[in-house]
Amino acid sequence: MKTIYKRPESFTDAVTSYCGGCGHGIVNKLMAELLDEMGLREKTILVWPIGCSVYADKYFKADAICALHGRAPALATGIKRSLPDRFVLVYQGDGDMVSEGMSEIMHAAVRGENFSVVFINNAIYGMTGGQMAPTTLWGQTTSTSPYGREKSSSGYPVNMAEIMAQMPGVCYSERVTVNSPQRIAATKKALKKAFSYQFEEKGLSFVEVLSPCPTGWSQKPVKALEWLEQKMIPIFPLGVFKDMKEGEGK
Amino acid sequence: MNRTEIEFERCKECGYCVEFCPKEVLAFGDKVNKRGYYPPAPVKQEACIACGICARVCPEGAIEVYKEV
Repeated sequence: MKTIYKRPESFTDAVTSYCGGCGHGIVNKLMAELLDEMGLREKTILVWPIGCSVYADKYFKADAICALHGRAPALATGIKRSLPDRFVLVYQGDGDMVSEGMSEIMHAAVRGENFSVVFINNAIYGMTGGQMAPTTLWGQTTSTSPYGREKSSSGYPVNMAEIMAQMPGVCYSERVTVNSPQRIAATKKALKKAFSYQFEEKGLSFVEVLSPCPTGWSQKPVKALEWLEQKMIPIFPLGVFKDMKEGEGK
Repeated sequence: MNRTEIEFERCKECGYCVEFCPKEVLAFGDKVNKRGYYPPAPVKQEACIACGICARVCPEGAIEVYKEV
Protein backbone atom coordinates (compact mmCIF):
# COMPACT_ATOMS: atom_id res chain seq x y z
CA MET A 1 0.00 0.00 0.00
CA LYS A 2 1.24 3.47 -0.88
CA THR A 3 0.68 6.15 1.74
CA ILE A 4 -1.24 9.09 0.27
CA TYR A 5 -1.75 10.98 3.50
CA LYS A 6 -0.51 10.25 6.98
CA ARG A 7 -0.74 12.29 10.17
CA PRO A 8 2.36 14.57 10.20
CA GLU A 9 5.32 13.28 12.21
CA SER A 10 5.73 16.65 13.92
CA PHE A 11 2.34 16.22 15.60
CA THR A 12 2.01 14.52 18.96
CA ASP A 13 -0.87 12.17 19.74
CA ALA A 14 -2.74 14.85 21.69
CA VAL A 15 -6.30 15.64 20.60
CA THR A 16 -6.68 19.36 19.90
CA SER A 17 -8.80 21.60 22.11
CA TYR A 18 -10.36 23.23 19.03
CA CYS A 19 -14.06 22.90 18.23
CA GLY A 20 -15.16 20.71 15.35
CA GLY A 21 -14.45 22.40 12.01
CA CYS A 22 -12.08 25.03 13.40
CA GLY A 23 -9.62 26.48 10.89
CA HIS A 24 -6.84 26.48 13.52
CA GLY A 25 -6.65 22.69 13.21
CA ILE A 26 -6.15 22.84 9.45
CA VAL A 27 -3.45 25.52 9.68
CA ASN A 28 -1.67 23.72 12.54
CA LYS A 29 -1.65 20.59 10.42
CA LEU A 30 -0.17 22.45 7.44
CA MET A 31 2.53 23.85 9.73
CA ALA A 32 3.33 20.35 11.01
CA GLU A 33 3.50 19.03 7.43
CA LEU A 34 5.92 21.82 6.50
CA LEU A 35 8.11 21.24 9.56
CA ASP A 36 8.37 17.61 8.37
CA GLU A 37 8.96 18.42 4.71
CA MET A 38 11.47 21.19 5.32
CA GLY A 39 13.26 19.24 8.08
CA LEU A 40 12.84 22.09 10.56
CA ARG A 41 11.48 20.30 13.60
CA GLU A 42 14.75 20.22 15.57
CA LYS A 43 15.55 23.91 15.05
CA THR A 44 12.07 25.39 15.39
CA ILE A 45 10.82 27.59 18.21
CA LEU A 46 7.08 28.16 18.02
CA VAL A 47 5.69 31.23 19.75
CA TRP A 48 2.04 30.71 20.64
CA PRO A 49 -0.45 33.44 21.55
CA ILE A 50 -3.29 33.72 24.00
CA GLY A 51 -6.45 32.53 22.27
CA CYS A 52 -7.87 29.24 21.11
CA SER A 53 -4.38 28.10 20.06
CA VAL A 54 -2.94 28.65 23.54
CA TYR A 55 -2.57 24.90 24.12
CA ALA A 56 -1.02 24.28 20.69
CA ASP A 57 2.41 23.63 22.21
CA LYS A 58 1.01 20.25 23.24
CA TYR A 59 0.30 19.29 19.63
CA PHE A 60 3.79 19.82 18.20
CA LYS A 61 7.01 17.92 18.79
CA ALA A 62 8.97 21.16 18.68
CA ASP A 63 10.22 23.74 21.16
CA ALA A 64 7.51 26.20 22.03
CA ILE A 65 6.75 29.15 24.27
CA CYS A 66 3.49 30.90 25.01
CA ALA A 67 3.60 34.69 24.98
CA LEU A 68 1.57 37.15 27.02
CA HIS A 69 -1.57 38.39 25.32
CA GLY A 70 -0.55 40.07 22.07
CA ARG A 71 3.15 40.06 22.89
CA ALA A 72 4.22 37.14 20.70
CA PRO A 73 6.17 39.29 18.17
CA ALA A 74 8.04 41.01 21.02
CA LEU A 75 8.98 37.66 22.55
CA ALA A 76 9.96 36.27 19.15
CA THR A 77 12.20 39.29 18.59
CA GLY A 78 14.21 38.38 21.67
CA ILE A 79 14.38 34.70 20.73
CA LYS A 80 15.45 35.36 17.15
CA ARG A 81 18.07 37.91 18.14
CA SER A 82 19.64 35.63 20.74
CA LEU A 83 19.34 32.43 18.65
CA PRO A 84 19.57 33.62 15.04
CA ASP A 85 20.12 30.10 13.66
CA ARG A 86 16.69 28.90 14.87
CA PHE A 87 13.51 28.95 12.89
CA VAL A 88 11.13 31.22 14.83
CA LEU A 89 7.46 31.04 14.00
CA VAL A 90 4.88 33.37 15.52
CA TYR A 91 1.26 32.28 15.47
CA GLN A 92 -1.46 34.74 16.44
CA GLY A 93 -5.20 35.13 16.20
CA ASP A 94 -7.06 38.30 15.34
CA GLY A 95 -8.07 39.25 18.87
CA ASP A 96 -4.51 38.68 20.04
CA MET A 97 -2.72 40.46 17.21
CA VAL A 98 -5.02 43.23 16.00
CA SER A 99 -6.65 44.23 19.24
CA GLU A 100 -4.36 43.40 22.12
CA GLY A 101 -0.95 43.38 20.45
CA MET A 102 -1.23 45.81 17.54
CA SER A 103 1.79 47.81 18.65
CA GLU A 104 3.98 44.69 19.04
CA ILE A 105 3.35 43.43 15.51
CA MET A 106 3.66 46.94 14.03
CA HIS A 107 6.99 47.57 15.72
CA ALA A 108 8.32 44.12 14.81
CA ALA A 109 7.45 45.02 11.21
CA VAL A 110 9.04 48.48 11.58
CA ARG A 111 12.25 46.85 12.80
CA GLY A 112 12.08 44.27 10.03
CA GLU A 113 12.59 41.39 12.45
CA ASN A 114 13.56 38.22 10.69
CA PHE A 115 10.83 35.76 11.65
CA SER A 116 7.61 34.40 10.16
CA VAL A 117 4.15 35.33 11.37
CA VAL A 118 0.99 33.29 10.81
CA PHE A 119 -2.11 35.34 11.50
CA ILE A 120 -5.44 33.56 11.88
CA ASN A 121 -8.35 35.87 11.09
CA ASN A 122 -11.77 34.50 12.04
CA ALA A 123 -13.46 37.89 12.57
CA ILE A 124 -14.32 37.14 16.19
CA TYR A 125 -12.86 36.50 19.63
CA GLY A 126 -13.16 32.71 19.65
CA MET A 127 -11.84 31.62 23.04
CA THR A 128 -13.54 34.20 25.22
CA GLY A 129 -17.00 33.52 23.84
CA GLY A 130 -17.51 35.20 20.49
CA GLN A 131 -17.14 38.92 21.26
CA MET A 132 -16.64 41.56 18.58
CA ALA A 133 -13.05 41.80 17.36
CA PRO A 134 -11.41 44.59 15.31
CA THR A 135 -11.76 42.27 12.29
CA THR A 136 -15.51 41.68 12.77
CA LEU A 137 -17.53 42.50 9.66
CA TRP A 138 -20.26 45.12 9.47
CA GLY A 139 -23.57 43.64 10.45
CA GLN A 140 -21.97 40.56 11.95
CA THR A 141 -23.74 39.58 15.16
CA THR A 142 -21.48 38.71 18.07
CA SER A 143 -22.13 38.49 21.79
CA THR A 144 -21.08 42.15 22.21
CA SER A 145 -22.78 43.37 19.03
CA PRO A 146 -26.14 41.57 19.17
CA TYR A 147 -27.63 43.82 16.46
CA GLY A 148 -24.58 43.50 14.24
CA ARG A 149 -21.42 45.63 14.10
CA GLU A 150 -22.27 49.20 13.18
CA LYS A 151 -20.01 51.35 11.06
CA SER A 152 -20.99 54.53 12.89
CA SER A 153 -19.94 53.37 16.34
CA SER A 154 -17.39 50.58 15.74
CA GLY A 155 -15.64 51.67 12.56
CA TYR A 156 -14.06 49.46 9.96
CA PRO A 157 -12.66 45.91 9.95
CA VAL A 158 -8.84 45.89 9.99
CA ASN A 159 -7.08 44.48 6.92
CA MET A 160 -3.78 43.34 8.37
CA ALA A 161 -2.24 41.85 5.21
CA GLU A 162 -2.56 45.18 3.41
CA ILE A 163 -1.22 47.12 6.41
CA MET A 164 1.79 44.82 6.69
CA ALA A 165 2.47 45.13 2.96
CA GLN A 166 3.02 48.88 3.51
CA MET A 167 5.84 48.29 5.97
CA PRO A 168 9.36 48.40 4.50
CA GLY A 169 10.55 45.75 7.00
CA VAL A 170 8.08 43.17 5.74
CA CYS A 171 9.31 40.97 2.89
CA TYR A 172 6.20 38.95 2.23
CA SER A 173 2.51 39.51 2.90
CA GLU A 174 -0.26 37.30 1.60
CA ARG A 175 -3.86 36.57 2.52
CA VAL A 176 -5.11 33.02 2.05
CA THR A 177 -7.97 30.93 3.37
CA VAL A 178 -8.78 27.31 4.17
CA ASN A 179 -12.38 26.96 2.99
CA SER A 180 -11.74 24.43 0.20
CA PRO A 181 -9.15 21.73 -0.59
CA GLN A 182 -7.63 23.90 -3.35
CA ARG A 183 -7.27 26.86 -1.02
CA ILE A 184 -5.75 24.66 1.69
CA ALA A 185 -3.10 23.66 -0.87
CA ALA A 186 -2.56 27.36 -1.70
CA THR A 187 -2.26 28.14 2.01
CA LYS A 188 0.44 25.51 2.36
CA LYS A 189 2.33 27.05 -0.54
CA ALA A 190 2.09 30.52 1.02
CA LEU A 191 3.29 29.22 4.39
CA LYS A 192 6.20 27.43 2.74
CA LYS A 193 7.26 30.62 1.00
CA ALA A 194 6.98 32.62 4.22
CA PHE A 195 9.04 30.01 6.09
CA SER A 196 11.75 29.89 3.42
CA TYR A 197 12.14 33.69 3.41
CA GLN A 198 13.27 33.51 7.01
CA PHE A 199 16.37 31.58 5.88
CA GLU A 200 17.08 34.21 3.23
CA GLU A 201 17.01 36.82 6.05
CA LYS A 202 14.77 39.16 4.11
CA GLY A 203 12.70 40.45 7.01
CA LEU A 204 9.33 39.69 8.50
CA SER A 205 7.16 37.33 6.46
CA PHE A 206 3.44 37.52 7.10
CA VAL A 207 0.61 35.17 6.13
CA GLU A 208 -2.99 35.99 7.04
CA VAL A 209 -5.33 33.00 6.98
CA LEU A 210 -9.10 33.56 6.90
CA SER A 211 -10.36 30.81 9.11
CA PRO A 212 -13.83 29.51 9.98
CA CYS A 213 -15.06 29.70 13.59
CA PRO A 214 -18.29 27.64 13.49
CA THR A 215 -18.91 27.98 17.23
CA GLY A 216 -18.30 31.73 17.35
CA TRP A 217 -20.37 32.32 14.25
CA SER A 218 -23.14 29.97 15.54
CA GLN A 219 -23.12 27.98 12.32
CA LYS A 220 -22.59 24.39 11.24
CA PRO A 221 -18.98 23.89 10.06
CA VAL A 222 -19.85 23.38 6.36
CA LYS A 223 -22.16 26.45 6.43
CA ALA A 224 -19.35 28.44 8.06
CA LEU A 225 -17.14 27.75 5.03
CA GLU A 226 -19.86 29.16 2.76
CA TRP A 227 -20.30 32.19 5.00
CA LEU A 228 -16.54 32.79 4.85
CA GLU A 229 -16.67 32.66 1.04
CA GLN A 230 -19.68 34.96 0.72
CA LYS A 231 -19.12 37.49 3.50
CA MET A 232 -15.48 37.53 4.52
CA ILE A 233 -13.62 37.30 1.21
CA PRO A 234 -15.26 40.47 -0.27
CA ILE A 235 -14.03 42.44 2.78
CA PHE A 236 -10.70 40.61 3.09
CA PRO A 237 -9.64 39.94 -0.52
CA LEU A 238 -7.24 37.06 -1.06
CA GLY A 239 -3.90 37.57 -2.75
CA VAL A 240 -0.23 38.44 -2.44
CA PHE A 241 0.21 42.02 -1.28
CA LYS A 242 3.97 42.05 -1.10
CA ASP A 243 6.68 39.69 -2.26
CA MET A 244 10.28 40.87 -2.29
CA LYS A 245 12.24 39.58 -5.23
CA GLU A 246 15.64 37.87 -5.15
CA GLY A 247 18.30 40.13 -3.73
CA GLU A 248 15.89 42.65 -2.18
CA GLY A 249 15.45 43.01 1.57
CA LYS A 250 18.03 43.71 4.21
CA MET B 1 -8.74 -1.66 -2.64
CA ASN B 2 -7.75 1.83 -1.49
CA ARG B 3 -8.07 2.40 2.22
CA THR B 4 -9.48 5.37 4.18
CA GLU B 5 -8.87 5.15 7.91
CA ILE B 6 -10.70 7.51 10.26
CA GLU B 7 -9.48 7.63 13.82
CA PHE B 8 -12.75 7.15 15.67
CA GLU B 9 -11.94 8.92 18.95
CA ARG B 10 -10.19 11.92 17.34
CA CYS B 11 -13.10 12.95 15.08
CA LYS B 12 -15.24 15.99 15.99
CA GLU B 13 -17.87 15.52 13.32
CA CYS B 14 -17.30 18.73 11.37
CA GLY B 15 -18.27 16.94 8.16
CA TYR B 16 -15.60 18.51 5.94
CA CYS B 17 -14.48 15.08 4.71
CA VAL B 18 -18.05 14.08 3.84
CA GLU B 19 -18.62 17.45 2.12
CA PHE B 20 -15.46 17.46 0.00
CA CYS B 21 -15.14 13.77 -0.95
CA PRO B 22 -15.52 13.81 -4.77
CA LYS B 23 -16.77 10.21 -4.87
CA GLU B 24 -19.12 10.31 -1.84
CA VAL B 25 -17.22 7.52 -0.17
CA LEU B 26 -17.85 8.78 3.36
CA ALA B 27 -21.10 9.16 5.30
CA PHE B 28 -21.88 9.95 8.93
CA GLY B 29 -21.97 6.85 11.09
CA ASP B 30 -24.40 5.91 13.85
CA LYS B 31 -21.79 5.10 16.50
CA VAL B 32 -20.95 7.73 19.09
CA ASN B 33 -17.39 8.32 20.34
CA LYS B 34 -16.13 9.30 23.79
CA ARG B 35 -16.60 13.02 23.08
CA GLY B 36 -20.17 12.56 21.93
CA TYR B 37 -19.61 12.92 18.19
CA TYR B 38 -20.76 10.62 15.40
CA PRO B 39 -17.67 10.13 13.21
CA PRO B 40 -18.12 9.41 9.49
CA ALA B 41 -17.16 6.04 8.08
CA PRO B 42 -16.50 4.80 4.53
CA VAL B 43 -19.72 3.43 3.04
CA LYS B 44 -18.50 3.01 -0.55
CA GLN B 45 -14.85 2.15 -0.04
CA GLU B 46 -14.63 0.58 -3.52
CA ALA B 47 -15.33 4.02 -5.08
CA CYS B 48 -12.37 5.63 -3.29
CA ILE B 49 -9.71 6.99 -5.68
CA ALA B 50 -7.25 7.75 -2.85
CA CYS B 51 -7.07 11.47 -3.71
CA GLY B 52 -6.44 12.29 -0.06
CA ILE B 53 -8.79 15.29 0.02
CA CYS B 54 -10.66 13.99 3.09
CA ALA B 55 -7.38 13.72 4.98
CA ARG B 56 -6.14 17.16 3.90
CA VAL B 57 -9.31 18.99 4.95
CA CYS B 58 -9.60 17.20 8.31
CA PRO B 59 -8.82 19.79 11.02
CA GLU B 60 -7.97 17.06 13.50
CA GLY B 61 -5.56 15.07 11.33
CA ALA B 62 -7.74 12.05 12.05
CA ILE B 63 -7.80 10.57 8.54
CA GLU B 64 -5.13 8.53 6.80
CA VAL B 65 -5.38 7.42 3.17
CA TYR B 66 -3.56 4.51 1.51
CA LYS B 67 -3.53 3.66 -2.18
CA GLU B 68 -3.28 0.12 -3.46
CA VAL B 69 -0.37 -0.32 -5.85
